[in-house]
Amino acid sequence: MAEILVFSEKDDLAFELVSKGRELGAALNVGVAAALLGEGAGARSDEYFAYGADRVYVAHHPALAHFHAEAFAEALYQIAQKNDAQVLLLASTKRGKELSPRVAQKLGAGCVTDATAVEVQDGNLLVSRYALGGNTVASEFIKTPHKVIAVMPKTFELGAKEARQGEVVTVDLDLKEPRTRIVERREKAGEAVNLEEAEVLVCIGRGLEKKQDLGIIEELARALGAEIGCTKTLCSDYQWLSEDRLVGLSGKKTSPGLVISVGISGQIQYTVGIRGARIAVAINKDGQAPIFALSDYGIVGDLYQVVPKLVEALRAA
Amino acid sequence: MNIVVCLKQIPDLQQIRIKDRRPLLEGAPLIFGDMDKSALEEAVRIKEKAKGTKVTALAMGGAKLKDGIKEALAIGADEAVLLMDPPFAGSDTMGTARALAKAIEKLGEHDLILCGEGSTDNYSGQVGPRLAELLDLPQITYVRELEIEGNKLKAVRNMEESFEVVETELPALVTVADEINQPRLASLRDILKAARKPVQEWTAADLGLSEDEVGAKGSAIETVSNLAPEQERKQVVFKGDLDEVTENLINALTKEGVLGR
Ligand SMILES: Cc1cc2nc3c(=O)[nH]c(=O)nc-3n(C[C@H](O)[C@H](O)[C@H](O)COP(=O)(O)OP(=O)(O)OC[C@H]3O[C@@H](n4cnc5c(N)ncnc54)[C@H](O)[C@@H]3O)c2cc1C
Ligand SMILES: Nc1ncnc2c1ncn2[C@@H]1O[C@H](COP(=O)(O)O)[C@@H](O)[C@H]1O
Repeated sequence: MAEILVFSEKDDLAFELVSKGRELGAALNVGVAAALLGEGAGARSDEYFAYGADRVYVAHHPALAHFHAEAFAEALYQIAQKNDAQVLLLASTKRGKELSPRVAQKLGAGCVTDATAVEVQDGNLLVSRYALGGNTVASEFIKTPHKVIAVMPKTFELGAKEARQGEVVTVDLDLKEPRTRIVERREKAGEAVNLEEAEVLVCIGRGLEKKQDLGIIEELARALGAEIGCTKTLCSDYQWLSEDRLVGLSGKKTSPGLVISVGISGQIQYTVGIRGARIAVAINKDGQAPIFALSDYGIVGDLYQVVPKLVEALRAA
Repeated sequence: MNIVVCLKQIPDLQQIRIKDRRPLLEGAPLIFGDMDKSALEEAVRIKEKAKGTKVTALAMGGAKLKDGIKEALAIGADEAVLLMDPPFAGSDTMGTARALAKAIEKLGEHDLILCGEGSTDNYSGQVGPRLAELLDLPQITYVRELEIEGNKLKAVRNMEESFEVVETELPALVTVADEINQPRLASLRDILKAARKPVQEWTAADLGLSEDEVGAKGSAIETVSNLAPEQERKQVVFKGDLDEVTENLINALTKEGVLGR
C-alpha cells in the first residue's frame, strides 16, 4: 500500500510532519509511516502513534550509529522501496536538507527543500518555497512518481495527541559502512531561543563594531521586552551570537508585532526573515540603505548614539 | 590532484526589480554565487599548497557564461568547461546534477568536487548531494574549514548546535559555507592572462544526454507560480536631531500599538 514516509533526526520535528502527514494522507487516501533510524530509535514510537503514524519502521544498524547522509539516505531509500512509500516528508534542518536530495536521487525523485507550505491540489502536492534569494515565493508540483519534500521546522502545527495504537516494524537493512567519520563534535554555546514566537524582536547586523558592544543591544531588547536576532555575519562568521538567532533565508522566518533592525543593510536574504513582522523599524547610519524601503519607520543615524537614546526614552515613557 | 569546482551564474539579486509582483531579471547583471566563489577560492588555496593540482571550473548556463567564466579563470582555475546548449535551459536540480555528473565523468579522474552549500538564488542545496549520489562519492556539506593531506580530507562542518569535525578519503564531494574564506578579487592582469586558458563548451549530445533528460523536459519540478509576496511598508524615515527622532519613533510605535503592552 502506498504511504507517506516521515523522517527527521529530531523526533519533535518528525511529530510536526506526522501531524501534517495524517492530514495529507487523508486527502490522498494513503497511510502515514515514520522511519526511526539509528541508536535509540524506536524509544518514542508511542508518541509517533499518538501524533498519527499508522506504522513506524525501526532500524538499528552499525552504519546508522551516527548521522552520515550517505548511510541515512540508503536506509530511507530501502524502507521507501520495500513499503511503496511515494511521498517522503523530512524536516529541512541542515541534516534533513543534505539528506533529502541524496535520497531523492536514489529514488529518481523530484525534491523540494525548505518548503514553507504543502497542500493537496488536484490529487497532487503543491509545495511552496522561497526563490530568487527570498524575493519571490514559488509554488511547485513534483512530477515524478516519488516525491521528496523537506519542510522548514515549525511550518506545521503539532496536532493533538490521541490515544492510538500503531504497528512497530523492525527492518533489516543492507548498508555499507559510511565513508565519512566524525572525529570530534564541538558543541556551540547556545541558549534555547524561540524567535518564531517572539512578539518583539531586535535584530543586530554588521553595524555593530565589536562583541562587547552587544550590551547596548541587550539593553534595548530589555527595554522593549524583545528577543535578539542577528544577521548571518554575526553568527556564522564572528560567532558573537548563536545560530539560533539567525534571521533570514537560512535562519528563522519571524512574525513579531514589531521588529527593529539595527545596523543592517537590508539584503534580501535577511529581509525575507522579517517579512511576517507587522511593524518593521530600521536604524542605520546610511540613509540609502535598502532596509529603509522595507520598513515602516526608520531613523537615519549612528546606532551608537540612537540606541542608547532610544533606551533612555523608552525607560522614561 | 584534480579538483572540479561547480559554479552557477545567477542574476545579482540586489538588482532585481519587482513589478506587479513579478521579478524582472532582464536588467540584472549575471554573477557567480557567493558560496560558489568561496568554493573556487578554496580550490585555488589547495592548489597553491599542493603542487601538481589542477582546478577545473564547471558551469552550466546561458551564453553569458563565456564572458563570466573569465573571472573564475583569473582567480586561479586552470581550465573551464561550460555546458551551454539550448536543451539545458530550464533544468531543475535533477537535470543540472545529471549534466554536471556526466561532465565530471567525461573529464576523467577527479579527487575533489567542490560546490556551494547552496546557490545564492535557489539555495536548494540539492545539486551537491545529488552529484555525490550520482558519482558514488561521500559528501561533506556546510564546510567552514578544509584540510587536505595526501588523500586524507578533514573538514569542520557548521551544524546548528555544533561544529562537527569529519574525515574521509578522496575522492569526495564537499559543499562550502561562505564563511570558509574571503574570495580574492582578480586583478586586470590576471584577467588578461586568463584569456589564454582553455575553455571547452559541451552540449547535451557531447555528454550522451538526450533532450528528455535535461532542461525543462527532464525536470522533476513544475513551477506553477513564482511571485513576490504582497507587502507594503510605510517607509517613514526620521532624521535630524537625536531627541526629536527618537521621540517621533516612540510616538509612531505607540500609535501602532506595538509598544508598552
Ligand atoms: C544563500 C545565502 C543565504 C543567506 N542567508 C542569510 C540569512 O538567513 N540571514 C542573513 O542575515 N543573511 C543571510 N545571508 C547574507 C546576506 O546576503 C547579507 O550578507 C547579510 O544579511 C548582511 O548582513 P548585515 O546587514 O549585517 O551587513 P552589511 O550588509 O554589511 O550591512 C551593515 C549595515 O550597517 C550599517 N552601519 C554600519 N555602521 C553603523 C552604525 N554605527 N550605525 C548604524 N548603522 C551602521 C551600514 O550602513 C550597513 O547598511 C545569506 C547569503 C546567501 C548568499
Ligand atoms: N548550473 C550550475 N552549474 C554549475 N554548478 C551548479 C549549477 N547549479 C548549481 N550548481 C552547484 O550546486 C550548488 C548548490 O546549488 P543549489 O542546489 O541550486 O542550491 C551551487 O552552489 C553550485 O556549486
